[in-house]
Amino acid sequence: MSHDEYQKHDAKILTPSFIVLLTLTLIGFALVAVRFIKGIGAVTNMSDGYPWGIWITYDVATGTAIACGGYAMAILIYIRNHMHYHPMIRSAILTSMFGYGLAGFSVMVDVGRPWNAYNFFIPSKWQLNSAMFEVALCVMAYTTVLLMEFLPAVLTTLEKTEWKTLQLLLDMLYSRMGMKRPERIGDRLDKVKDLAAWAKPRLDKVLIFIIVLGITLPTMHQSSLGSLLLIASTKLHPLWHTGFLPLLFLINCMFIGYSIAILESVISCYAFKRPFETKELSGMARIIPWLTVIWLSVVVGDLAWRGQLGAAVSFDFYSRFFLLEFCLVAGGSLLMFSGKKRESIRWLFVSAALIVLGGALYRFNVYLIGFNPGKGWHYFPALAELLITVGIVAFEILGYQVIVKILPVLPKLHTRKQLDSELGLAEKA
Amino acid sequence: MKKPSRRQFFKIMGATGAALLAGRSGTSASELHQVNNDTIGMLYDATKCVGCKACMSACKRVNSDYGSLAYEQASFDSDGLWDAPQDLSGSTRTLIKLFKESDKEWSYVKYSCMHCQKPSCVSVCPVSAMTRDKLTGTVDYNKDACIGCRYCQIACAFNIPKFQWDKAIPQIVKCDLCKNTNLLKKGITACAETCPVGAIMFGKRKELLEEANKRLRENPGRYVNHIYGEKEVGGTNHLYLSGMQFNKLGLPILKEEAPAEFSEKIQHTIYKGFIAPVALYSTLCFVAIKNMKKGQESDGKDPIDGPEGQGGDHR
Repeated sequence: MSHDEYQKHDAKILTPSFIVLLTLTLIGFALVAVRFIKGIGAVTNMSDGYPWGIWITYDVATGTAIACGGYAMAILIYIRNHMHYHPMIRSAILTSMFGYGLAGFSVMVDVGRPWNAYNFFIPSKWQLNSAMFEVALCVMAYTTVLLMEFLPAVLTTLEKTEWKTLQLLLDMLYSRMGMKRPERIGDRLDKVKDLAAWAKPRLDKVLIFIIVLGITLPTMHQSSLGSLLLIASTKLHPLWHTGFLPLLFLINCMFIGYSIAILESVISCYAFKRPFETKELSGMARIIPWLTVIWLSVVVGDLAWRGQLGAAVSFDFYSRFFLLEFCLVAGGSLLMFSGKKRESIRWLFVSAALIVLGGALYRFNVYLIGFNPGKGWHYFPALAELLITVGIVAFEILGYQVIVKILPVLPKLHTRKQLDSELGLAEKA
Repeated sequence: MKKPSRRQFFKIMGATGAALLAGRSGTSASELHQVNNDTIGMLYDATKCVGCKACMSACKRVNSDYGSLAYEQASFDSDGLWDAPQDLSGSTRTLIKLFKESDKEWSYVKYSCMHCQKPSCVSVCPVSAMTRDKLTGTVDYNKDACIGCRYCQIACAFNIPKFQWDKAIPQIVKCDLCKNTNLLKKGITACAETCPVGAIMFGKRKELLEEANKRLRENPGRYVNHIYGEKEVGGTNHLYLSGMQFNKLGLPILKEEAPAEFSEKIQHTIYKGFIAPVALYSTLCFVAIKNMKKGQESDGKDPIDGPEGQGGDHR
């Protein structure tokens, strides 16, 4: 297995969906500009009672879980030793990179005094009791790790490129200006190519240590995302406030990670008109229900231990959201337990979608819906606030769409056939 | 091939789980905080308060635009008119409210930072912008360190820290016991100095507790028999006496354990000496490299330091 197992998706970049996504992105980013000029209150409904709104709840707490596809795939491939899933990891890492990078961007939009963020690097300011400190450092480190994990795709392309588009562009520019293109540009481009060729094998040698770091860091900060709310013992509803928050968030991000990897594969195969990766996906789907069963048992066991089972089925506002979250995850897992349903792309899609929705709702419940700062406080995101989140999500999809068309990210189609036969052999054995 | 790797996977899962489980029960004595009664605070007696709000205007006058909070400008400054704030906010550190249950049953209440003995805001601040002075017990805020994440607002059980939502350069605003203003100049907080009826007493926590107990003893029937803040969330330096149930005055019913102790206990157990993350990383490295070598052996080609330096099958 090597770099040859991936390929570029040959298709036009300027599609109608590109235009739509670009428009949404631009609206979002314009509103971000408004936020920096007029203050956070100008674009959001956040208040002193609800200081964390949809940006933290969706973009950071839920968005990073949805970006855990790369994490889940890395565990599957490198730790559980299922190398035949390897062709799928690059697209998973690409989405993780966008998810985490933009979560970091959202945080910078959300925090009031981002210019002070350098304090995270000044040891005298470190505050090791703070789960936020741990989350911030880990997320920054993990985003860097993801970039390095994705670097081989860039280097391979650089190494082999002939700079056709760039050459054309330069020729056009210089002819417009009525000048001749100087020679040294070509030399410099060659130098970049040489550098890429030099760096790639060296990066390859240390890459496994970076990849393992990419498994360790999410384990740490995904659990800490749960720890963040441990302190809010008087504000977070007892259905969700428990000492097990870190463990629940960790397992939650794993099953969301595998489910989102399935969804991403189905959607991108559908959108790019490639054959579905049914065999790999159904193999992956076998793991999910076991994770959700562990998660659901911790949830129920913990509620029983704290005597909150009654509250869970009281059908009040909180109980309804709890039950919805519970049923979505449990329902999706039940579907996935059935071997036959796992063979069908449609059922795989439905069950993975249910689990992602349920898992994401759990995070919403903890960060927003189950959070009650006291009488008189209400929160529902403002339109501008929502549009910023929409803009960021649109940018993620846009980036993915463009990058799979310029870099070798998606699994190579002929290797997929080999893969299917390998899988068939493995199953017989 | 499949089975041992799966077992290893669950082993790791189990280890993580065990560490988390241990977090619930493990308590080390050194982490238990002790109440320091020599620190300073205030005792507010709601039965004495007449609701004149002189403390509010004194606070704004003294702390308006200098001291540790260079940005605050009271909203009445522009036209010179008194405008009574509805709630604590990015320009109001202390506030008097009236709670009226019936014509006979009512009470004023004063809100401001409780200056907890084990403050949640200090425990959660990632960049040490919130600090508690060991000597005075004052919980202070440093805008030059603050990144504006508002975790302190999430953490505070009393909803005290306020954020300046309407400003492009916002900051957190809360009472700092006039640390850089009135206390520095006159040795007393502006609100306590101004109060015309002696409803706010300033002093060391032990003196305040003595006084509160004395008032409770000498005036049976006048007060609810409880000093709010004596035990709540591990003790606060701002104490309350009242004739009306405290939760009716917007002071929440709280446990004696500080929320910060609960969360720090779990966080410390997971990250004690940074052993768990390092152990996790080394175990995972071991497993991953073993898997990689196994994969190469079965392939029988593409060695790790191959002639072309392809670096095995990890990419």
